[in-house]
Amino acid sequence: MADIQNYTLNFGPQHPAAHGVLRMVLELDGEVVTRADPHIGMLHRATEKLAETRTWVQSVPYMDRLDYMSMMCNEHAYCMAIEKLLGIEVPIRAQYIRVMFDEITRILNHLLWIGAHGLDVGAMTMMLYAMREREDLVDCYEAVSGARWHAAYYRPGGVYRDLPDSMPKYKESKWKKGADLKKLNEARSGTLLDFLDDFVSRFPKLLDEYETLLTDNRIWKQRLVNVGVVSPERALQLGFTGPMLRGSGIAWDLRKKQPYEVYDRLDFDIPVGVTGDCYDRYLVRVEEMRQSNRIVKQCIDWLRVNPGPVITDNYKVASPPRARMKSNMEELIHHFKLCTEGMHVPEGQVYSAIEHPKGEFGIYAVSDGANKPYRLKIRSPGYVHLSALSEMTQGHMIADVVTMVGTIDIVFGEIDR
Amino acid sequence: MMVETLEQLLPGFLMPPINWALQLGQDTFGSAWPTVLLVLWTVIKVVLIIAPLLLVVAYVTFCERKVIGWMQVRIGPNRVGPWGLIQPIADGLKLLLKEVVVPSGADKTVFLLAPMFSFAPALLAWSVIPFNDVMVLANLNASLLFIMAVTSISVYGIILAGWSSNSKYAFLGGMRSAAQLISYEIAMGLALVVVLMISNSLNLGDIVAGQNKGRFADMGLKFLSWNWLPLLPMFVIYMVSIVAETNRAPFDMAEGESEIVGFHVEYSGMAFAVFQLAEYGAVILCSTLASLLFLGGWLSPVSFLPDSIFWLFAKVFLIICFFFWIRATFPRYRYDQIMRLGWKVFIPVCLIWLTVVGCWMMSPWTIWK
Repeated sequence: MADIQNYTLNFGPQHPAAHGVLRMVLELDGEVVTRADPHIGMLHRATEKLAETRTWVQSVPYMDRLDYMSMMCNEHAYCMAIEKLLGIEVPIRAQYIRVMFDEITRILNHLLWIGAHGLDVGAMTMMLYAMREREDLVDCYEAVSGARWHAAYYRPGGVYRDLPDSMPKYKESKWKKGADLKKLNEARSGTLLDFLDDFVSRFPKLLDEYETLLTDNRIWKQRLVNVGVVSPERALQLGFTGPMLRGSGIAWDLRKKQPYEVYDRLDFDIPVGVTGDCYDRYLVRVEEMRQSNRIVKQCIDWLRVNPGPVITDNYKVASPPRARMKSNMEELIHHFKLCTEGMHVPEGQVYSAIEHPKGEFGIYAVSDGANKPYRLKIRSPGYVHLSALSEMTQGHMIADVVTMVGTIDIVFGEIDR
Repeated sequence: MMVETLEQLLPGFLMPPINWALQLGQDTFGSAWPTVLLVLWTVIKVVLIIAPLLLVVAYVTFCERKVIGWMQVRIGPNRVGPWGLIQPIADGLKLLLKEVVVPSGADKTVFLLAPMFSFAPALLAWSVIPFNDVMVLANLNASLLFIMAVTSISVYGIILAGWSSNSKYAFLGGMRSAAQLISYEIAMGLALVVVLMISNSLNLGDIVAGQNKGRFADMGLKFLSWNWLPLLPMFVIYMVSIVAETNRAPFDMAEGESEIVGFHVEYSGMAFAVFQLAEYGAVILCSTLASLLFLGGWLSPVSFLPDSIFWLFAKVFLIICFFFWIRATFPRYRYDQIMRLGWKVFIPVCLIWLTVVGCWMMSPWTIWK
């Protein structure tokens, strides 16, 4: 009798559910996956190596391009690493701004995740609903940094500039005009904080809307419940962090466990799952969006009444204000030095991690006292989670592989680096 | 017969040239003229059905994009022509001008035959669909049986396409489609058996006419005596089954664009377009059947309004919108879950309701006499 062999299927990198450039070699028994072998490297840009040849500040925009769905969080970890090495204190207002934008980023990331996850499972509409809200949030990015994605807004020692007094508005066009245009620009007439306040008050209702579409949907539950179960012990062994770990029932969150910036002053909860399946991770992430929303609200209220500097006044780290630069020799020299050779970071090594939307995002930097890092190592949560994919998909069907790629919330920028 | 029908349908000033043409034919063909005329008249009727049908298929795609667009807080096509109305024509033209790439290693004959296998049944079934009590191309006694037989051929198109493409993804799509067919055709067939039991006929015209009587129809509320009410479980099962039958979301696992991309992943150009035409053709066909079998076809919902073909169109449109609606709402079922739903839920429910209706008909409380 002929030997019946399993079927090998090359899943990606050109695949609608590959979330970028994931390539998986699936060994199939019928439609049941017996082995999933993820291949990486198709988005490798040698960020760690490139960082060694650039000054400390020049690598900030590279951080945006790691996990290109949670840009400012990447910057945050990197800037915090440098600040730790330098031993400088960040002004309190900058800390609030950073926390606020970290949480905006978390909402941005989770919105994209819920959309993409929905699309993977076949709920097309989720994507477009999520995009509608993302639009408002990337407008906030645009307002503070000028860029809608790759912001490069955080700097070692603070943030690039204070929050703007106006929001970008829609211009009149053939498609947007009259009453529609007015409605679109209504919330944008005030400051960034006004706009965010409006968003924050709207957002919980929109989340409820998503939940009516998915949470109790029978098909959604059939596709997610008991799919990709990871026990708490196994999740720890695999090195899970973030919603993946919390979905398995372990309340580990760096914002609570090792509070950085002003998280210890803010009031928020850490949602945890029970069974550790895709559905629990879904619920955890949705709840995280609600909690992020709360944090953003608290930050807005604080920022409204507490003006102050947003970047350190140590001119060896951050450029002096332009006005002083024009009138003082010393400030001019500082500016010249920063723009030509950049800051020098004292010798030493540091690991700084933040609670990134996807998990623990860490930067390990070694400095030899030069104006460039001697070595930069990035700990990306996605890489760790992807390595568990094979184990999670064992015995599930092809359709579940897609669900699990969605639940891991893969972005290849950070995995390949 | 033909002349009388034309006199009813056409305005009077068109009759003299038609009469003249008929006379000319009589002079040319002599005694063979009635046969020739019959063939000609049939061809004209076929064209009169197929040409508008293709146009409707094109505009159902447009309508779907618009309706789903509105559901998804976006605009939908609005650039080609006023309100985007020329969009389907532009799409068709684009696909027509694209090369049909036959992958190396594909079975070329089967590869090119498959789209036709899929599309032809969707057209063929229209030959027995009545549009009102007189307008029907072929008034078969067993028209429902004919439709069942013909439409089940269309799955061969999908299986053959999956198999002949020489692609693992397409192959999986074909396999899924075959599995889906055996689980849903049975439930659908059983639902139809119940309908023809109470109608006592396999003829679609008779089935519609049978829905015109009953206690509620006498009261003037005709829509309550249509089959959907007494056969409500069958109606629900039939509606779900036709979504599965036409491979539409949430049962679109043969296509499953985020999983296996679909049985037609290797198709391009017009060959691909034919699959799309087949899908939308099947949607319209199944919607028409549903409105004929369960929603009283061309019958008006209340007695004070006249019966008309426009009622049929309105019902078909509503059912098509139902297709769009669930597509925009639901995630996709998994392959084994579809099978479970088909075998463990629908078929038992059908069998039970079949027995219930059978007993009901034999009992003194029967409403079907």
